[in-house]
Amino acid sequence: MQQYSIKQLELKADEIREDIIRMLEHAGSGHSAGPLGLADIFTALYFDILKYDPKNPDWDERDILLLSNGHCVPVRYATMAHAGYFDRKELMTLRKLGTRLQGHPERTKLPGLENTSGPLGCGLSQACGMALGLRMNKQNHRWVYVVTGDGELDEGNNWEAIMLAAKYKLNNIIAIVDRNNIQIDGPTEVVMPLEDLRAKWEAFGWHVIEIDGNNIEAVIDACEMAKAIVEKPVCIIAHTIPGKGVDFMEYDFHWHGSPPNHEQAKVALKELRTLAGKIKSEADK
Amino acid sequence: MTRNMYLVDDILAEDIKQEPIRAGFGRGLAAAAARDERVVGACADLTDSTHMGEFAKAFPERFVEIGIAEQNLVTVGSGLAAQGKIPFVSSYAAFAPGRCWEQIRTTICLNDQPVKIVGSHAGVSVGPDGATHQMLEDVAIMRVLPNMVVIAPGDSVEAEKATFAMAMDKRPNYVRLAREKTPIITTQGTPFEIGKAYIYRTGADVSLITTGTMTYHALVAAAALSKDGIMAEVVHVPTIKPLDKETILESVRKTKHVVTAEEGQMAGGLGGTIAELLGDEFPVPIRRIGMKDRFGESGEPNELLIHFGLDANHIRLAAHELLGKK
Repeated sequence: MQQYSIKQLELKADEIREDIIRMLEHAGSGHSAGPLGLADIFTALYFDILKYDPKNPDWDERDILLLSNGHCVPVRYATMAHAGYFDRKELMTLRKLGTRLQGHPERTKLPGLENTSGPLGCGLSQACGMALGLRMNKQNHRWVYVVTGDGELDEGNNWEAIMLAAKYKLNNIIAIVDRNNIQIDGPTEVVMPLEDLRAKWEAFGWHVIEIDGNNIEAVIDACEMAKAIVEKPVCIIAHTIPGKGVDFMEYDFHWHGSPPNHEQAKVALKELRTLAGKIKSEADK
Repeated sequence: MTRNMYLVDDILAEDIKQEPIRAGFGRGLAAAAARDERVVGACADLTDSTHMGEFAKAFPERFVEIGIAEQNLVTVGSGLAAQGKIPFVSSYAAFAPGRCWEQIRTTICLNDQPVKIVGSHAGVSVGPDGATHQMLEDVAIMRVLPNMVVIAPGDSVEAEKATFAMAMDKRPNYVRLAREKTPIITTQGTPFEIGKAYIYRTGADVSLITTGTMTYHALVAAAALSKDGIMAEVVHVPTIKPLDKETILESVRKTKHVVTAEEGQMAGGLGGTIAELLGDEFPVPIRRIGMKDRFGESGEPNELLIHFGLDANHIRLAAHELLGKK
């Protein structure tokens, strides 16, 4: 796989954010904040961390990436298109009748997806099943990454899985929690407090790494470190800014479940292009 | 009796051999696992009582103890299936599928992973444990799910065959098992195939269409009815979905009268299924035996079956009532 510099990855993440804005505007519905906040993590995963072959999505040596918070799937679609799974033009079919890019991801519709999700709290359980299956199959060199939201940790199903992973020491699982502090009804700490989130995972027997989830280098480093920890499953609490990259969306929970309209998309795209220019000029220095 | 069904010789014998249906599942799972190393099992703290113990002892590296967490049970199953495994996940039917329907819908049915959900202790014959543990709605909630296969074996011998067949079926499956000993009515020679209904007894006057534990009662009722001069045909439907419409309709076109019987809610259960089929294809008078929109309660199994009208006598009375209306 091609090696990219951090600056190249930052530019890639910016392009992915632009595509997310275009897709959501065109779809006329969908979630904005989460996908924008996750763009750096997905760029790091698809362009540095994961082992996969876009021309052979079922390659049986690939790493597994599960998206538990299915509503954030626009970031996955956009990143997959950039990674060569399908043509970027198809991104504009998001949420349209007959599309492979369903509003929430369906594994059977699009090669390269590993799970069907949307109803929250199931990704960690599926990761446990896959990790156990890989162990039974003696495929110890394959990793199971699972991206979850923070709000979705309200679901009890997660904690059932978190206990099971620790019981069976499923060290081939790397969970990445998108800690953006928002959910539909408001801030997570108002809707249903999650803190002390780190202490909770640790008490359940996991090793926890906390990072700035909008820092691509930090994401890559954390995943590398996670692979070196053998005695426990690892949870990366990735602090992200919801709506990252688009000033009027950042930190605002109202953008959790809404798309930009035409005017808002124009402003957002202009901002993202300016940001790209900045990254380029810094890279040239 | 239909000769090519190879049922036991004397269905009416007082000392007919009995065994819990769940025991047949246990043997079938162990046999399927010995044949195919992809077969794995997971259980939610009910390993012995769902009869997964024999498998777990023989293949400890292929068994996952989930603890009391049925949402996790079925969803871990989805993950195991995604890695090429054939996972059997077991609990009491009240808990799986009772507790975890949405996970089954999203991660197994929509996600199209061939998980085998095993719900033991279904029906009022669970007995003294009472209504909380007497699962009656499992068939209804499973059969409305696209991609899901729903199986309710009639005895332990059929359960063993069904389990073996499930291990080779590429779809998500649900199998309904009972706790109490029930009469063994079939033999090794009795046919079983997923998706097939079987004529266990032929007759021209009324079709007794039954599933699970109630098929034995229908055979007993049919014998009594023949003494009353009514020739009842017994159609055993171990697979409620996909339904063997052809066999059922062929019987009903002949008899033009139908009694259904099941040990569960008839709304959405076999009774609902047959009423839908006949409404679409061949409307005829029908009487349905089953739980009528109410919960069970504590009591001895046989006492409860009689109390709720789930026995041979009530099937016989229903047939009389139906035919008397001519």
